[in-house]
Amino acid sequence: MNPRFSLLLFVMTGLVVAFAPLPVPSLTPQARTFRIDARQYAYSPSELNVNPGDTVTIQLVSADVVHGLYVDGYDVSVEADPGQTATLTFVADKPGSFRFRCNVTCGAMHPFMIGRITVGTNNWLFRSIGLAALAVVSVVISIKPKA
Amino acid sequence: MAKIELTRSLFVKNTLKSRYPQLAVFIVMLIVYIFAILAGLIGTPVGSHNFSIVFVWIAWWAILILIAVPFFGRGWCAVCPIPLPGEWLQRGAVLSPPDKRPKWLNLRVPKMFRNIWLQNISFLLLALFSSVLLTTPNITGIVLAAMLFAAIGLSTVFERRAFCRYLCPVGGFIGLYSQTAPIELRIKDKQVCVKCEGKPCYNGSQAGYGCPWDVFPGGLTKNTYCGLCMECIRTCPHDNIAVNLRPFSADLAKPSTRMDEAFKAFIMLGSAMIYASVLLGPWGTLKDAAYNVGSSAWFVYTFVFLTIIFGILPGFFTLGLLQTKDSTPLKQRFASLSTALIPLGLMFWVAFSLSFVLTNASYILAALSDPLGLGWNLFGTANAAWQPMLTSILAPAQTLALVGGLIWSARTAQKAANEVKVSSIPVIVYCFIVTSIMLWLLL
Repeated sequence: MNPRFSLLLFVMTGLVVAFAPLPVPSLTPQARTFRIDARQYAYSPSELNVNPGDTVTIQLVSADVVHGLYVDGYDVSVEADPGQTATLTFVADKPGSFRFRCNVTCGAMHPFMIGRITVGTNNWLFRSIGLAALAVVSVVISIKPKA
Repeated sequence: MAKIELTRSLFVKNTLKSRYPQLAVFIVMLIVYIFAILAGLIGTPVGSHNFSIVFVWIAWWAILILIAVPFFGRGWCAVCPIPLPGEWLQRGAVLSPPDKRPKWLNLRVPKMFRNIWLQNISFLLLALFSSVLLTTPNITGIVLAAMLFAAIGLSTVFERRAFCRYLCPVGGFIGLYSQTAPIELRIKDKQVCVKCEGKPCYNGSQAGYGCPWDVFPGGLTKNTYCGLCMECIRTCPHDNIAVNLRPFSADLAKPSTRMDEAFKAFIMLGSAMIYASVLLGPWGTLKDAAYNVGSSAWFVYTFVFLTIIFGILPGFFTLGLLQTKDSTPLKQRFASLSTALIPLGLMFWVAFSLSFVLTNASYILAALSDPLGLGWNLFGTANAAWQPMLTSILAPAQTLALVGGLIWSARTAQKAANEVKVSSIPVIVYCFIVTSIMLWLLL
């Protein structure tokens, strides 16, 4: 096969893997409430799963010092004083996996106090692995047999 | 793509030949380095507001891993201030022409240490303490000072830059990844070097010092151990040294046969994955174990860390190699084919660093105005709010880096496999599996 044509074919396939729209399951949005305990330098629970469209309420309870919770991608946050509960509510309308992290300096490991919320399926991860597989296939196919 | 000789430009050549531009950069770097030590020792203990943490582990690290290493190879080593005081002491001079009499012991580094195993160990030591090192200013200050004093001490005992060449924890991986960079220092004509009397590039002359990195430029075939100090450009009487622009990863066409370099590739690959788990993952228990140095959990963490790097990663790699029947000794296949992990490891670090740096870069503004955390506001940015940057493009950029690294490594595996005449498929599959794990950790 013409190498340029092969390259074009793999690039086009890569674009399909990366950006092709996927069917979205129609789920009735729900109100979901999570109580998250924060302590230096971890959240518990640290991994949340919700469906797209859900109204998420996070009750942040700090066990030691002042902690915050900032959700990447949603740009929303809340701060909780020690022993107090602070509440954050937002609509999870962006699918994917997002880190949430402490946004109040709380000690040495503060920049790494991180949790994760997954809204629906983490499609980008599967698309990325698909792209990696496609890349491997394209390289393997391009291996010229030894003379 | 053919090589382009940058030193054909008189401006470039004269700038590199003159000691003054380099000295000016060196002095600025040394001042910043000493300030980082002082900030670590006397500044605020809050890492995210201390110059030493913010400038060393966010600003410098970002420049090093995202720009300097991929595009300039050992470009950082060319301006690194750590060897300077020791070198000045060793030479008894800052700029004046060399004096042949050795100022100190000037011993040769023992043969058993003339490899990068000590650099592998020093990097692993820092990596095992990294959760404390990256977040505690006084520990960062102590480590920076220790590196400076180690470089001075080694300069008084051994000849040339023994610290840079054999001990520096950063220099080891910069050397490994510098093979992928599109820049190199090489001779123009081998015959000129063969006929050259006295080999001033290695032994020094009135025009300059012998190679501080203990490399004979006439034998240079890869970037790993050339520190781009430009001393040979100054000493070569035949104008036979060139700095070239070249295709990326040109050095990897000839795979390494050394086990110290092979294990460096595994150490860097494994460390990037472990850092991504500990520092960017949601697992609090893991963070506690990595941070509480000396606790039983930390010893378990250390055991797992070393098992992954010296057992699991090279173990599965070897199992893959055993699938290919060949007369080439396994050790040689292992060393040669591990070359394929170099581009992948570099891109693992790029992907990891993108997340770490973009999230924390906004601390730089505050630390600039109040570097010691003493309530100053030098540039009016001391109260700049923390805000992650470019979070919307982070995941696609990481995918691009990791998948790009996988393609780059697969291509390198093919070339390395051709050299030792085995199949590259097991190595490519291995690269795909570790890339998928890294994607899972980061995305």
